[in-house]
Amino acid sequence: MSLERWFHTLPLRWRDRFRRKQVDQELRDELRDHLEQQIQANLEKGMSIEEARQAAVLALGGITQIEQQCRDARGHNLIENTIQDLRYGFRQLCRNPGFSILTILCLILGIGANTAVFSWAEGILFRPYPAVAHQERLLALAGTARGESGATGISWPDFLDLQRNCTLCDALFVSKITGSTLSIGDHAEVTTGSIVSANYFDAIGVRPVLGRGFEPGEDVGSNAHPVVVISYDLWQKRFRADPQIVGKMQRLNNIPHTIVGVAPERFYGTFVGWAMNFWVPASMEENFESDGYKLEDRSARWIEGYLRLKPGVTRTQAQDEISAIATRLEDSYPGTNRGRNIKLWALWQTPFNNAGTMLPTLEVMMAVVTFVLLIACANVGNLLLVRSFARRHEMTVRMAIGASGGRLFKQLLTEGLLLAGLGTAGGLLVAYWCRHALVLLSPPRAGIAMYLPGEIDWHVMLLSAGICLVATLVLGLVPAFQSRNIDLAGALKSESSGVTAARKKAWMRSGLVVVQVCLSFILLAGAVLLLESLQKIRSTSPGFSTTRVVETSVSLVAAGYDVPRAKILQDDLIDRVRATPGVESAAFARLTPLGYGTYSETPIAVDGYQPPLEEQPTVEYNQVGPAYFATLGIPLLSGRDFTRADDEKAPLVAIVNRTMKARYWGDRDPIGRRLQVKGKWARVIGVAADSKYESMREDPKPFFYVPLLQDFVRGPALHIRTTASLENISASLLREVHALDGNLALYEMITLQEQVDRSTSPQLVAVTLVSILAGLALLLSAVGLYGVMSYAVAQSMRELALRMALGAGPGDLLRLVISRGLRLTAGGVFLGAAAGLALTRLLGRLLYNVSPRDPRAFGAAMAVMIVTTVAACLFPGWRATRTDPARVLRD
Amino acid sequence: MSKPSDLVQGTLDMLILKIVALEPLNGWAMSQRLKQISSDVLGVSDGSLYPALHKLERRGWISAQWKSSGNNRRAKFYSLTRLGRGQLEKETANWNRISTAISGIVKLKEA
Repeated sequence: MSLERWFHTLPLRWRDRFRRKQVDQELRDELRDHLEQQIQANLEKGMSIEEARQAAVLALGGITQIEQQCRDARGHNLIENTIQDLRYGFRQLCRNPGFSILTILCLILGIGANTAVFSWAEGILFRPYPAVAHQERLLALAGTARGESGATGISWPDFLDLQRNCTLCDALFVSKITGSTLSIGDHAEVTTGSIVSANYFDAIGVRPVLGRGFEPGEDVGSNAHPVVVISYDLWQKRFRADPQIVGKMQRLNNIPHTIVGVAPERFYGTFVGWAMNFWVPASMEENFESDGYKLEDRSARWIEGYLRLKPGVTRTQAQDEISAIATRLEDSYPGTNRGRNIKLWALWQTPFNNAGTMLPTLEVMMAVVTFVLLIACANVGNLLLVRSFARRHEMTVRMAIGASGGRLFKQLLTEGLLLAGLGTAGGLLVAYWCRHALVLLSPPRAGIAMYLPGEIDWHVMLLSAGICLVATLVLGLVPAFQSRNIDLAGALKSESSGVTAARKKAWMRSGLVVVQVCLSFILLAGAVLLLESLQKIRSTSPGFSTTRVVETSVSLVAAGYDVPRAKILQDDLIDRVRATPGVESAAFARLTPLGYGTYSETPIAVDGYQPPLEEQPTVEYNQVGPAYFATLGIPLLSGRDFTRADDEKAPLVAIVNRTMKARYWGDRDPIGRRLQVKGKWARVIGVAADSKYESMREDPKPFFYVPLLQDFVRGPALHIRTTASLENISASLLREVHALDGNLALYEMITLQEQVDRSTSPQLVAVTLVSILAGLALLLSAVGLYGVMSYAVAQSMRELALRMALGAGPGDLLRLVISRGLRLTAGGVFLGAAAGLALTRLLGRLLYNVSPRDPRAFGAAMAVMIVTTVAACLFPGWRATRTDPARVLRD
Repeated sequence: MSKPSDLVQGTLDMLILKIVALEPLNGWAMSQRLKQISSDVLGVSDGSLYPALHKLERRGWISAQWKSSGNNRRAKFYSLTRLGRGQLEKETANWNRISTAISGIVKLKEA
């Protein structure tokens, strides 16, 4: 129908429906008007009043009939029919509350799980920064090294060159996560913030609600511009929403910063997973990063950034340009940039924030919730089949009194829409309630506000609407399909359906149950695999002791210690710690294994090792104090540990790990040989066993250690091997620290086991979510099985009674029912195992040392499935044993 | 009262559209005009006019407006819409085609 017609007819249709009285009144007026004019005309012809009236009425005909004909001519229309159908559908739902509630619950579960996971994917992977302008054109920017997988940071000079030379992008900006102690009054805490380029707020299009963002040039110099923009939350909670906040001073890491602005509400920065509380310009980098001034150092790859494409530019085009710039940099600065490229990543693949860690989990979750939706649909399908059987008579009567097939179908669709609509609305609510669930599942850590929001935007709404539409069609089509070939005469004659029809329906219901069992089996197998994997990860030795070693650090940087003072204090402190009762040994190290920080890396050269052309071998290393290996329990395979004598005046030394020895020295003994680190030659004095450095899932990789005193950093991590409890050691350490300097504070103290657990928390999240959903799926399948078996028992009363009459005992009947249930389960498990063998490979990235086809996992899933089946069949089976053969057979 | 049975289906619609095309009219005037033009041959009863008008209105071919008519009374006046004009042209063309064909057949000399 054309738009023009709608223009004319819609208002009329609307009036027909909602102003019915007025429309009727107008018709009556129109007809009276007609009569009066006719009477007038008749009078003019010379009739008497009486004659004139009679003739006019006769000519027009019965008013009531005309009114009725007009009403018919107006016809029933879409609006009217739909409202009628909705009203009728609603009455139907209320008449069968059990059916309706169960159906809607199933749908809420299925749709809610889907919507929740999609909203997480939207909020974490696809549109993580709602406050940022044009985030659809945003790409993450990180470096790569030839011959190595994974991403590195970018150096500040390289970033400036990119910014100058990139023509295809609107903006390049830096956002590097950092932390600071924040003391306001006598209350101090650690909080997270970002080191950003001066163009940050302009580039992302976020305008501070108070004050300003950063000005050009504020990211130049060494500690040159102590200004800070604080988050809305920080302003509200810590500064009590002080309207005069701009211009006030706040100490960050012991340097007073001027607060120049307050970021808008619900802007959490640009780091997926954590909420940022402050932003400082890159010129303040030295104050927040422990390893010195890096703005002019092309080999210090520390920044993380983003880039926004110009409209219409593709990622490939931009990547080509960026790579070309990187190649020019390689030529100009071979010493630092050889083999280095810069890569663009879609936001959902961002290598340097939690998008990367959440991606595999969310991928698996998408598949899992699809399964749950299918299982829920199968349940709803089963319910509908039962109800369509019950409504058969109603449908038959309606067809017999003249309802067209199309009209009935529309009615069924409307009822489907009602169910699906309620399910979707409920699902959206569930998703809304669950939008912060991921944070609850992640282990808390001090000073970090986890922020993994679900984002229910129009994409997610559209998707739910799509699911709703499909569900509506299915919900309408199933009963419509059932009523399609109703034999009017036959069905009206007797209410019971033919034996074949019942059998066909039973077959369909059993089929649906087999599908449910199959899908739940796959989910169960997946959940068991993930559990096994988590257990493996957590029981794998990281290569260092975890139970009796604790880790913390002292706020030297924040307290404004310079290098000489820090050296003295660290020396004094380690002596005092070692003398503390219960402490076996203690050692500093720049980074603690599996922590968040990034290891330093350096180009290396080894006597007698010729690297492949075009490749500059680089290796990560850690700066550790004496007794580090003893404290962490990393075995030294040969050579000696660092001692206090290995200080800045002594010859440079290094300890390499086993993998590094194998790669660069092969069978030769590296001890006493030379290794070039940051352009200086050091002598290898020992070989340590391999351990885990950044992730529990990493493969053994080359790594080495240098003495802390020869490559000094302020405020390193302090590791203590102790027999005392965490509380005791924490208290005595704080005493020792305060004895040296009352202004110093301790950061959070945790055991290395806790460190391992935190680093494997994505696996824990995945296991928890998949287990919850697999449990739900199992429950749904059990309900489905229970329904089918109860129905089957009710249908085969005569058969059961006959068996009983012929001498079968209750045990036999129970066995009969359970064996029927198990037969369905067997079919489902068989199909599920076949499909599972192919599908569990999708878990690959989440599994650790577990084959996706692990027979033990499949066996365990099967056992759970069998137990569930028996449980679901017990009640129907018990009902079967209560059959009274005499009564059933008489009926 | 039902529609006159010998009126070809849809013809009444076409006649109404044609009459309204000349000038906006109310129901009574339209019935007078119908009788006058067709010299009562078609025998359209006044009663069957109104359902037809309602139907055409809801198809968007004519639109109605309440206007005051002569002696201080408000009457419903119908006028042709743009859509209605198109429909009228289509039906007129159709009618011409069919009537030519039929009269051709009717005029055939019997052998």
